[in-house]
Amino acid sequence: MVAIGLACLAPWSVAAEQDKATFYDLGRPASEAEIKAMDIDVAPIGAGLPPGSGTVHRGRQVFAAKCAACHGPSAIEGPADRLAGGHGTLKTPKPLKTVGSYWPYATTLYDYIYRAMPFNAPQSLTPDEVYAVVAWLLYRNEIIPEDAVMDAHTLPAVQMPNRNGFVPDQRPDLPK
Amino acid sequence: MKDPGKKVGEVAVGRRRFLKTAVTLTGLAIAQSAVPTLRAEAQETPKAPEDPTKVPGALPTPYGRRSAFERAERLPRGQISLTPHQDLHGIITPSALHFERHHNGVPLIDPASHKLLVHGLVERPMVFTTEDLKRFPSVSRIAFIECSGNSFSEWAGPPGQTVQQTHGLMSTSEWTGVALATVLRECGVKPEATWMLAEGSDSAAMTRSIPLAPMLNEAILAYAQNGEPLRPEQGYPLRLLLPGWEGNTNIKWLRRLELGVAPWMTREETSHYTDLMPDGTARQFTFVMEAKSVITSPSGGQRIKPGFVEVRGLAWSGRGRVTRVEVSADGGRTWRTAQLQEPALPKCHTRFTFAWRWTGEEAILQSRCTDETGYVQPTRRALIGVRGANSVYHFNAVQSWKIATDGSVSNVHV
Repeated sequence: MVAIGLACLAPWSVAAEQDKATFYDLGRPASEAEIKAMDIDVAPIGAGLPPGSGTVHRGRQVFAAKCAACHGPSAIEGPADRLAGGHGTLKTPKPLKTVGSYWPYATTLYDYIYRAMPFNAPQSLTPDEVYAVVAWLLYRNEIIPEDAVMDAHTLPAVQMPNRNGFVPDQRPDLPK
Repeated sequence: MKDPGKKVGEVAVGRRRFLKTAVTLTGLAIAQSAVPTLRAEAQETPKAPEDPTKVPGALPTPYGRRSAFERAERLPRGQISLTPHQDLHGIITPSALHFERHHNGVPLIDPASHKLLVHGLVERPMVFTTEDLKRFPSVSRIAFIECSGNSFSEWAGPPGQTVQQTHGLMSTSEWTGVALATVLRECGVKPEATWMLAEGSDSAAMTRSIPLAPMLNEAILAYAQNGEPLRPEQGYPLRLLLPGWEGNTNIKWLRRLELGVAPWMTREETSHYTDLMPDGTARQFTFVMEAKSVITSPSGGQRIKPGFVEVRGLAWSGRGRVTRVEVSADGGRTWRTAQLQEPALPKCHTRFTFAWRWTGEEAILQSRCTDETGYVQPTRRALIGVRGANSVYHFNAVQSWKIATDGSVSNVHV
């Protein structure tokens, strides 16, 4: 479809327009400020993590105030996703996929908690609050010690237990 | 996602209870202005004149609605709703019945203030308004979208009772928009860019990392569905369309595309939408929805009469065209070729039919399809044999409907 579109343009425009930066002169340049306002993602190498930090102790308080109503007081009671435990269950008939047993990257916690949590008020937590909740969840899963502090340098360095548990698509995988 | 099979009794909710529910919801809506929509069409079935040729008819209206005698509806379950395929014909799903899967509801978006930001590894970071995108050269394509969790109840059960419950997380529309490649060329993608993050404007700010190469010539930034602007549930005013790829990658309410060199490993591509294998590893980035078919009529919950029965169903493949559909009435022991209705488009639902005569004996109806790559839809036993029963996603096995001697149809795992 794209190829057809380009072919139709060719007789009158490609040669003449090749030197121009854009073909259609639609849209406008994005400013640094508006990119910064919308660019909330965090990558596994830590790119996108903001300044700030959080402790396990502070995370316990934030979780109790803003997360426990859905995830339970110790993050395993639900009704929303269970966030701790499940180690060694992935091969069993009843796998329990939690932050500790399944999630491969600690940075995903920061990205997801900031963008989508709490469910009734997403993007309302401050960076310090997000770092703190992440620290508490990692501690709850026995991945970091109780005195650890999470920030833009320490979080990407956290090794998740199931870091090597994922493989690429291997389909088609059924004999013909 | 909740198991749609658990609450089957609610499908046949009585009229009195339905109206009572509607009234309660109206009261709630007044009390909480945040409740955006009500259950539609609680109107009474009208009394039709004995002879409509003797009474003047209704006058034209600005925006049409279906006959007041029709009742087919989606089955909402939390953040999903399921398409009633047992009630539908042809290949196009009516927009009002297109399945839904949200990650935190349907956002209310004013198209005049909606913007698409394209940034990252591009020469020129750009912002496009909805109107800008509509001015680009347009493309249209009829394509299915299937949630990777479609038929998840058929892995381990409890199984869905109707085709709406087993296969309702898929629909087909004609999508119109601008080719992704056109917009990316406008921004000048840098040669080292290999992945793209797509992000929605919903309150999950839903994100998926998309590898550029396999989809660059097919992806569409869609602003229209079946000839009119996208439905809010389908991403109004802008969504990504990746034909043949699992539903959640077709990011709705699209607000941002960022070009990069590696996947972002978002929650929706690590802890969710990954397929757990029996050995404890999980498959990641399993984008393509493999070839699959299902008989939509007769299907679970229906009742047939002896004599001629046209077996009708849908077949589709995320790898291209469906080339063949076979139907079995004896649980897969013998197969006969079904008719494919035109158009049989790539990465699109294809309607098939099979002329059958039911003699009143017990039967097990199945369909299986083959796509243009030669891939044959597997049996449930073969699929579970390779992947176990805990994958959750990408169930594409043959569906079995048992016809009992009284003509009632039910879902069975054979």
